[in-house]
Amino acid sequence: MDFKDSPEEASYRERVRHWLAENAPPFEVPPGTPADEEAYMHKARGWQARKADAGYVGIHWPEAVGGQGGTPIQHVLFHQEEERFSLPTIPYHVGMGMCLPTIFTHGTPAMMERFVKPGMRGEELWCQLFSEPAAGSDLAGVRTRAVRDGDDWVVNGQKVWTSYAHQSQFGILLARTDPEVPKHKGLTMFYIDMRAPGVEVRPIRTMLGDAEFNEVFLSDVRIPDSQRLGKVGDGWKVSLTTLMFERFAVGGKPAQAPGVGDLLELARARAGTADVLDTPGLEEALARFYVTDQGVALTRMRAMTAVSRGDVPGPEASIGKLVMAKTLQDMSAFALEMMGADAIDNRPASAASRYNYWYMWSSGLRIAGGTDEILRNVIAERVLGLPADIRVDRDIPFNKIGSA
Amino acid sequence: MNFEFSDEQEELRRQARRLLADGLAKARGALDHGASHDAALWRQIVDMGWPAAAIPEQQGGLGLGPLELCVLAEETGRTLAPVPFATSVLHATEALKLCPADPLAGATLGRLAEGGAIATVAFAEEGGGRWDAIPAARVEAGRLTGVKTAVAEGSYAGFAVVSARAADDEDGYGWWLVDLDAPGVTRTGVEAIDCVRRHATLAFDRVPAARLGGAGEGAGLVRDLLDRAAVYDAFEQLGGAEAALAMTIDYVKTRQAFGRPVAGYQAVKHKLADLYVKVQLARSHAYYGAWALLNDVPELPVCAAGARLAATDAFTAAAEESVQLHGGIGFTWESDCQLYYRRARLLAAALGSRAVWSRRLAHALVAHGVGVA
Repeated sequence: MDFKDSPEEASYRERVRHWLAENAPPFEVPPGTPADEEAYMHKARGWQARKADAGYVGIHWPEAVGGQGGTPIQHVLFHQEEERFSLPTIPYHVGMGMCLPTIFTHGTPAMMERFVKPGMRGEELWCQLFSEPAAGSDLAGVRTRAVRDGDDWVVNGQKVWTSYAHQSQFGILLARTDPEVPKHKGLTMFYIDMRAPGVEVRPIRTMLGDAEFNEVFLSDVRIPDSQRLGKVGDGWKVSLTTLMFERFAVGGKPAQAPGVGDLLELARARAGTADVLDTPGLEEALARFYVTDQGVALTRMRAMTAVSRGDVPGPEASIGKLVMAKTLQDMSAFALEMMGADAIDNRPASAASRYNYWYMWSSGLRIAGGTDEILRNVIAERVLGLPADIRVDRDIPFNKIGSA
Repeated sequence: MNFEFSDEQEELRRQARRLLADGLAKARGALDHGASHDAALWRQIVDMGWPAAAIPEQQGGLGLGPLELCVLAEETGRTLAPVPFATSVLHATEALKLCPADPLAGATLGRLAEGGAIATVAFAEEGGGRWDAIPAARVEAGRLTGVKTAVAEGSYAGFAVVSARAADDEDGYGWWLVDLDAPGVTRTGVEAIDCVRRHATLAFDRVPAARLGGAGEGAGLVRDLLDRAAVYDAFEQLGGAEAALAMTIDYVKTRQAFGRPVAGYQAVKHKLADLYVKVQLARSHAYYGAWALLNDVPELPVCAAGARLAATDAFTAAAEESVQLHGGIGFTWESDCQLYYRRARLLAAALGSRAVWSRRLAHALVAHGVGVA
């Protein structure tokens, strides 16, 4: 048992640290909501290109698809070190984590040639057109229709919660191509050009007041069949293979999110010269948050042991996000409790604004990428082997399922 | 990075599992016959060298490290096997190892390594019930007088490490080694919450006592022992929590209600998912504690308290919900649920309450920061 890196891991980490120290600082941004989105995107593009040119994008992707052919642990190590800086990486998470792997796993060699390199360098931004107003957790219930018309498909429908759709050049699209079969079987995956006629992106303001989310309306959008990813009717399978790549995040806390050390600092600042542990409720709260917050970090390290052997993280990685998101919410709330009425002052750079930001954002984290409830189902069914929920729509053709 | 046990340690785990396969039945057997422990199983354990495992070779032990003890603690915790392993090996032996320069401690470790003797620790007294409270027990002219409560295996252990004050202890207190078969020792069996692990109250009336370590060192020694015991007990708790969870999962898969297995209901599934999460967090913290013990790092108090609290949370929740999810059958005497429920409560109390450990953790975090991970 050893928390330290193996000699190979240590030398890779050292190389990464050295490179980041030289290259990351010019791209750093203040934590929180970007004040000027264009400036933020400009920095994000620059950082993505800098990383790609140095071989730190697609680290564990095969060389044949344009990746670095590195090990999964190298990918994890790089991101651990990258998180020490406040870098504008968020716009590329979906593309790097889900879309490009879908392209190079299920697309043609020509698509790989065309999209992977520009995507890696950040020249093109990708979004993921999956969720719909009536298909969130029940993703296989998407209603957006793609109807075959000669060599094209004609797409009609509405997507929602699409991060960075307004900035993206391309998106992967899960659409229903056959409503006559049960819902998981009638789906097909495509990629679409976000500038194509009939694609309309409308920003959604979140409770934070920002607008990185969108709803996307698709009206008679024509997609050539050559933009299909995988076979007709295989869309569900295609969407699941991308999960393997997504799990390499292994439920880590967002960079810059507060931790137990921040609570202690906050208590110190407020206690002044008094004993910090005289802060009401602090002992019990520190203990509770330490057990969950540090517990998640340690559990990630256990998962990394498997990754460093070359294993792919399994469904048990779900516990990371489940615990992390709720603990972040509870910790932020406790920090705000400590501040009393000072917590109300949410002006930028006020003492409370950081915790108010994470208090709001954590409520989104508990929903995005699998709600707490879905994650509990994943753990119960796929880790503990308990029976699946009864699904009344399972074997029924999609167009015979009742809808609200 | 390697955050798991070695192949050799996993082999030790497999041996332990084989040996303890019917530990739960033996716990039930000892309970039904009013036996203090299963002497035959303990002899097998001695033959396999478990008491000697972490004793240094120069004292006749096997010179293995804390990780081997963690593995064995987890496996004994899993089956509730009625043997004095936790008390004698994880607590008393470790206490003696904290007095490395003491010739008496060394000689006693030799006896423990041979497996001929069973030892216990006697720190808690009436009223506070805390290991680290300043004791009322006194030693005058080499003779101990006082009363110690909640002494595990106290009805039959051969000797005990006892906390007591002498004239030269000033504000502190010391540790003393006492032969429990000496005249002046009165053992009174206690009907304990955990009816498998036997406890006793020990009254000492001018019983010969030999000092371990230096005068006034007791408080510091107890502090260090608590950190070590917290890690070992966390593994014992982890084993118990996993067993209670596994037993419950098996049951809800079999038990039918409203025409299908109870395991298919989301309320049940989500409860079990949450228990799994608690057990995983406890396992991660326990490993962190084991690593800290192995490497003797300065933040051991942080890691130990984290391991203790996470494991107490996990075992308490797993034991409580296992009764709940078994329904009425879980509330019966015949159900094994009650044995885990009782053991969880015993282990939650023995080293000090949640509040005590939250306080220790908070102080350690203030002193050391949040840690390496």
